[in-house]
Amino acid sequence: MNATPAIVMPSTDEEIWRYSRIAELDMSAYKHGHLRTETVGADSVRVTESLAGIAMTTNPDIFAELNGANADVISLRIPKGVVVEGAIHIVHHLEADGVVVYPRLVIDAEENSEVTVIETFISNDNIHSLVVPVLEVRTGKSARVSYLTINQLGLNTWQIGHQQSAGHRDSTTRIATVALGGDYARMRTEVRLVEQGASAQQVALYFAGGTQMHDFRTLQIHEAPRTHSDLLFKGAVRDTARSVYTGLIHIKPNAAHSQAFQTNRNLTLSEGAWAESVPNLEIETNEVKCSHASTVGSVDEEQKFYLESRGVPPEIAERLIVFGFFNEVIDRLPKFADVEMLRSAVNHKLNPDNEVAS
Amino acid sequence: MSTLEIKGLRAEVAGKEILQGIDLVVKSGEVHAIMGPNGAGKSTLSAVIMGKPGYKVLAGSVTLDGVDMLALPTWERAIAGLHLVMQYPTEVPGVHADQVMAEALTARHRGTEGMAARITQEALRINMDPELVTRALNVDLSGGEKKRNETMQLGVLEPKFAILDELDSGLDIDALRDCARRVEAATHESNLGVLAITHYVRLFEELKPDVVHIMVSGRIVASGGAELADQLEIDGYAAFV
Repeated sequence: MNATPAIVMPSTDEEIWRYSRIAELDMSAYKHGHLRTETVGADSVRVTESLAGIAMTTNPDIFAELNGANADVISLRIPKGVVVEGAIHIVHHLEADGVVVYPRLVIDAEENSEVTVIETFISNDNIHSLVVPVLEVRTGKSARVSYLTINQLGLNTWQIGHQQSAGHRDSTTRIATVALGGDYARMRTEVRLVEQGASAQQVALYFAGGTQMHDFRTLQIHEAPRTHSDLLFKGAVRDTARSVYTGLIHIKPNAAHSQAFQTNRNLTLSEGAWAESVPNLEIETNEVKCSHASTVGSVDEEQKFYLESRGVPPEIAERLIVFGFFNEVIDRLPKFADVEMLRSAVNHKLNPDNEVAS
Repeated sequence: MSTLEIKGLRAEVAGKEILQGIDLVVKSGEVHAIMGPNGAGKSTLSAVIMGKPGYKVLAGSVTLDGVDMLALPTWERAIAGLHLVMQYPTEVPGVHADQVMAEALTARHRGTEGMAARITQEALRINMDPELVTRALNVDLSGGEKKRNETMQLGVLEPKFAILDELDSGLDIDALRDCARRVEAATHESNLGVLAITHYVRLFEELKPDVVHIMVSGRIVASGGAELADQLEIDGYAAFV
């Protein structure tokens, strides 16, 4: 398979690539490579046939298209009525320098089944490579899928990813993200509620330091009546890091009596850090309940003063407040997530020079 | 025996001089009440003593056993022995009282061994649900729960001096009794000195003032015993304005 056909790169002139660092990307710098992947807990549900295409009908951009042509696919099918015990853990190690990798995870949860999948991406700081991951989730009638992706990529690794789910009648889909790594890490995450009564929750915790940039595009697409979506994205930036959140709630004409909520909150922890939040609503029917909220700001002075007036030193007060800010997301991560490991990773982002912070 | 001394303190907020020369000496075990009409500068005094951002000291001093408090950042004033019970305790989402107590004790080099038991003991003493300490600070708490939470922290941290900024505001009668009684007990048990800012004498049913100061327009215009508060109750502030 030809890894790099003549491709036309997008540019920041296009609205969906506005604010991105796409102009810095030179695809010819990467040769096609592969991840080293460990999968635990999937023995009974992993299938050899590729299920690619079950939730994604079109490619939203050139990167999803390249993934489609080159993917290393992991396909999981949860049979009707089966509840998978514990979580399926998929850990991708990116160990080669100068490569582009195309992992694709496909989850097909049949009627009334239940599964939790935790997918982690890891590379060292000296790996100058590009990950182009795709996630497809089809949540069948009354099925429950919880998915968490953890970005622990190194500071020279890029990510341009896409996630898409299709929720069928009375199903529940949870898509969670913890993004701490990457140089430029972009994720487009789209939930489609395609049958009546389907519900989706999206949560994300992202924290960029140094010169990192996190870029999220979220879509909540309601295509059927009485569907429900709820999104909570919380991010922090420090040093000269940047983050962008652009979210769209789209209620289509036949999605009456739907509810959609979207909240994006950002903390800027340094003078030179920058965060942007752009919420959008597109509503094509009446009788819906929608709300969106977005904030960008520094740590609240009143909150800091309150903690300091108890005798808590300023840097610890700030750490407590940032943890408190992220707690709301951590509380909503799928069960089986290693919350202590994630807290410790966040702590390390707050104190990169001080490993022994209490 | 410790002494909190305020001398000739003048301070402004947003370019307006609010404190126009305050002199006060509070010793360990004493309760000093500061009463006055709205806008007298009572809350500003508590904010300036603790170093709240946005307040500018123009002149004067605040010392604790001779140590200049105004030269210290807020957290070091707390470590030195000052404690502010806020009129409107700030909501801190996702941060729990027990986490804050752990950090506050650690900063005092007091260790956190036995802390949970101590918190529970202090909570029960003022009829506060001990479970509240594992919930976000002051978020979705009633007025009474917030002030009980403040009083619990005072009990655990054992400061030398407590500045109570309208402990009695937003409190039901039961919570007021529990909190005021606890502070009064601390003046005997740990020799706590108290600066109690209030509008109302009902606070004094449980917390007995040694000295009552009347503050009007940024100055203390009268000082006396508890009888001064009784007179105020009858005549109002008109005589002092």
